[in-house]
Amino acid sequence: MNHDFDFGAEQPKLVVLLLGVVAFLAVVGLILLLLDRFSSRPGLILLTPALVLLTIGLAVPTVRTALLSFMSGDSRRFVGVDNYLWMLTQPEGLLTLRNTLLWVVLVPVLVTSIGLVYAVLVDRSRFEALAKSLVFMPMAISFVGAGIIWKFVYTYRPEDADQIGLLNQIVVWLGMEPRQWLQEPPLNTFFLMVVLIWIQAGFATVVLSAAIKGIPSEIIEAARLDGAGPFAMFFRVTLPSIRPAVLVVLVTQAIGTLKLFDIVRTMTNGNFDTSVIAVDMYNNAFRFGETGKGAALAVFLFVLVMPIVWYQRKLQRTR
Amino acid sequence: MSKRPLLVGTIGLALVATGCGSSTPENKPAATGGAPAPVSAECKPYETYGKHEGTKVTIYSPIRDKEADLFQETWKQFSECTGIKVTYEGTGEFEAQIQVRVDGGNPPDLAFFPQPGLLERFAKAGKLKPASPEVTKLTDEGWSPDWKKYGTVDGTFYAAPLGASVKSFVWYSPKMFTENGWQVPKTWAELMTLTDTIAAKGIKPWCAGIESGDATGWPATDWIEDIILRDLGADAYDQWVTHKLPFNDPKVVAAVDKVGAILKNDKYVNGGYGPVKSIASTAFQEGGVPITTGKCGLHRQASFYANFWPEGTKVAEDGDVFAFYLPGNDTSSKPVLGAGEFVAAFTDRPEVKAMQQYLATADFANARMKLATYVSARKGVDLANAQNPIDKLSMEILADPQTVFRFDGSDLMPAAVGAGTFWKEMTAWINGKDTKSALDAIDKSWPTD
Repeated sequence: MNHDFDFGAEQPKLVVLLLGVVAFLAVVGLILLLLDRFSSRPGLILLTPALVLLTIGLAVPTVRTALLSFMSGDSRRFVGVDNYLWMLTQPEGLLTLRNTLLWVVLVPVLVTSIGLVYAVLVDRSRFEALAKSLVFMPMAISFVGAGIIWKFVYTYRPEDADQIGLLNQIVVWLGMEPRQWLQEPPLNTFFLMVVLIWIQAGFATVVLSAAIKGIPSEIIEAARLDGAGPFAMFFRVTLPSIRPAVLVVLVTQAIGTLKLFDIVRTMTNGNFDTSVIAVDMYNNAFRFGETGKGAALAVFLFVLVMPIVWYQRKLQRTR
Repeated sequence: MSKRPLLVGTIGLALVATGCGSSTPENKPAATGGAPAPVSAECKPYETYGKHEGTKVTIYSPIRDKEADLFQETWKQFSECTGIKVTYEGTGEFEAQIQVRVDGGNPPDLAFFPQPGLLERFAKAGKLKPASPEVTKLTDEGWSPDWKKYGTVDGTFYAAPLGASVKSFVWYSPKMFTENGWQVPKTWAELMTLTDTIAAKGIKPWCAGIESGDATGWPATDWIEDIILRDLGADAYDQWVTHKLPFNDPKVVAAVDKVGAILKNDKYVNGGYGPVKSIASTAFQEGGVPITTGKCGLHRQASFYANFWPEGTKVAEDGDVFAFYLPGNDTSSKPVLGAGEFVAAFTDRPEVKAMQQYLATADFANARMKLATYVSARKGVDLANAQNPIDKLSMEILADPQTVFRFDGSDLMPAAVGAGTFWKEMTAWINGKDTKSALDAIDKSWPTD
C-alpha cells in the first residue's frame, strides 16, 4: 500500500505540476502579447519574468535571512549582533572559521596545481585521452558518494583484526599500527580535503589542458628556438599564457570550497574539530531550531563569497 | 517563501472540493435508505468512534518501513469501520521536516513526536490542539503521571503516549555467563566487580558504539542520563534537563566521570573494536555485536537493540543474548530511563479526534503487540501478547510500581543542546576531551530564552 503509486495520494503533486505548466504557458503567452502591443520596449518586457523570479528566489530570501540573523532562535525577539558575537567568540565557532579558512586557502591552490601539473605532464603524450578521463572520472561521483567511499578508505579496525580500510591496510603492510585517521585533529581536516581534491582535480586538468592547447604554436616554437628548458617553458611561456584559465579555476574552486557541506557532513558530521561554516549553518538553522544563529552564519558565508564573485565578474570583463 | 502558503491554500481548496465531490455519491444511498446499515461484528468495538464516512486523517511520523506497515495494519479495521481514511507518512527527517511543514502552512492532522522537547516547541507556538476530554481520560487511566507529564505543556495536556522503549538495559551472553559462573549483578557495585572479573579473564568487559550519522553521540548521552538518574536522583534529573541544575555542576561532572570510568578506560573498552576512541567511530547498530563472538562481555543499550543482532541470534534468557536491568546503586529503588512517542494533533476535526482517541486505547496497543515486537507503557495491555522476552521484560519493568521512570533527557532539552552540543561534546569527550571542558561547552550553549 505504501509503495504502490496511488493517484489519489499523489493528487496534490499532480495538481501542483499542472498549475506550474499552466502558469508557465500563461506567462509566455502574456509576454508574447505584450511584445506585440508595446514593441518599442522589448528588453524590459523580456526581463520582467527573470527579475520577478530573482526577487522571489534571491532578493527576498537574502533580505529575510539578513533580518533573521539579528533575531533570537525562535525569530521572535531582536537580539542585535548577539548571533554574530556568538559566532566569532565561542571556541567551537572559531575552530569552524579556522577550518573554513584552511579549506578555502588550500583546496583551490592544490586542485589547481595538481590539475596544472597533470595537464602539462600528459599533454601530447600517447595516453593523454585515457589519463585525462581517469582523473576526470571522480567528477561524476556525488560529494556524498565520494564521502562514503573515502570513509571506507580511512576505516579503522584494531591491530589484531583484519583491516577493511585501504589506508590502514597499507599502513599495516608497512609495519606500522593502524590509526583512526578521521579522529585525529588537526590532521583529519586534511584527510577530508583529499576527498575534494580527488573530485575536483579532474575539472582543473580538463580546463587547463584545453587552455594549454590554445597556446599558439608559434610562441612555443620561438621559445624552443631561443633555448628554453622545460622549467623556463613552464614558468615563462605556459603559465603566463593560460593565466586567465588558472584564475577561473582558482575562483570557482574557492567559491565551491566555501560552500562545502556534503563531504564534512557525510564523513564526520563536523565532529572531531572538522566542522565548516555550511555544516554549522545547517545544524543551527534546521536541526537545533536556532534560526538566528543559522542565519548569521549564512550571512557571513554570503559576505565571504561576495568579493570572490565580484572578482570573477571583473575577470570575465577583462577577458 | 511568501508565495507558498497561498499556493498550498489553493490546492487545499481544490482537494476539499474534489473530496466532497467523490464522497457524495457514497453517502446518498445511506441517506435515502433511511435506517443505518447494521453494524458488523468486527466493527462493534469501533462503534464509539462514530461514523466519519469520506473523511481523511494524515499522520506524520519518524517511524518508517516495516514498523510503519505494522501500524497501518493495526488500524486497518478501525479505518474500515469508521470510514476514516488514514494517510500515514513516515520520514527519516522528522525533526527538520515537521517544522518546514508547519511553517509552510501544511501541517499533518496528527504527528508522532519522539521528543517531548520538540512537542513543547510547537505547543508554545500555539500550533497544537489540546487533547480532547476523551483522550485525557484514557491517558489518566492508562499511563502513570510521569508519562502524562511529557505530553503536557504549561498545564495543558496535548498528547497521549504511544509506544515506549526501555533504555536501562545491559546486553550480555547468557551462555558466556553460565560457562564462567558469572551472575547478573543487582547493584552498581556488583556490576563493577563483574566488570573487573571479566577484564581479569582477558576479555574487554564493555563494548559500545556511538556513531549514528547526524545523531552521533546519542548512546553516550543515554549512559550519562542513566547515571545522573541513579546518582543524583529523579528530582535532580528533572532540574538537570530543564537547566535549573547547571550542566557543569560538580555533581554532573562526577556522574559523567563515573561513566568515564567505564567508557574511557582502555582496560574496559572497546571489546572487539579497539581502544576507547573506536567508540566514536563504531556504528551504534554494531556496538554490541562482539558479544556474539565472545570478544565483549557487556553492552548497555535500549530494548530495541533486540532488532540489531546478527541474523540467527536468539534473544532469550536461555538464548545467545539477553539483557538485564542496568542496576541502581542499591536494590531499594529502580530508576528507569526510557523513551517513546506522543500523538499530538494540529487540527481538531471530529475524525482527527476519533483517531487520536483510538490510538490512546489499550485495544490499539494490544492489537499492535499481537503483530510484532512492540512495547507499550500503557496499563491494561496484556503481557501475553508480547512477541519476545525482551518486550515482556521491558513492560514488566515499566509496570513495576517500584520503577521511577524518566524520559531520555536529550529528548527533553532544547534541540540546540539535546540534539546538538550534548551529542557533539560527548563525542569529543570520548575522543579525548576532558569532562569539565566538555560540560562547560554544553552549559554555555544552552539557549537563553
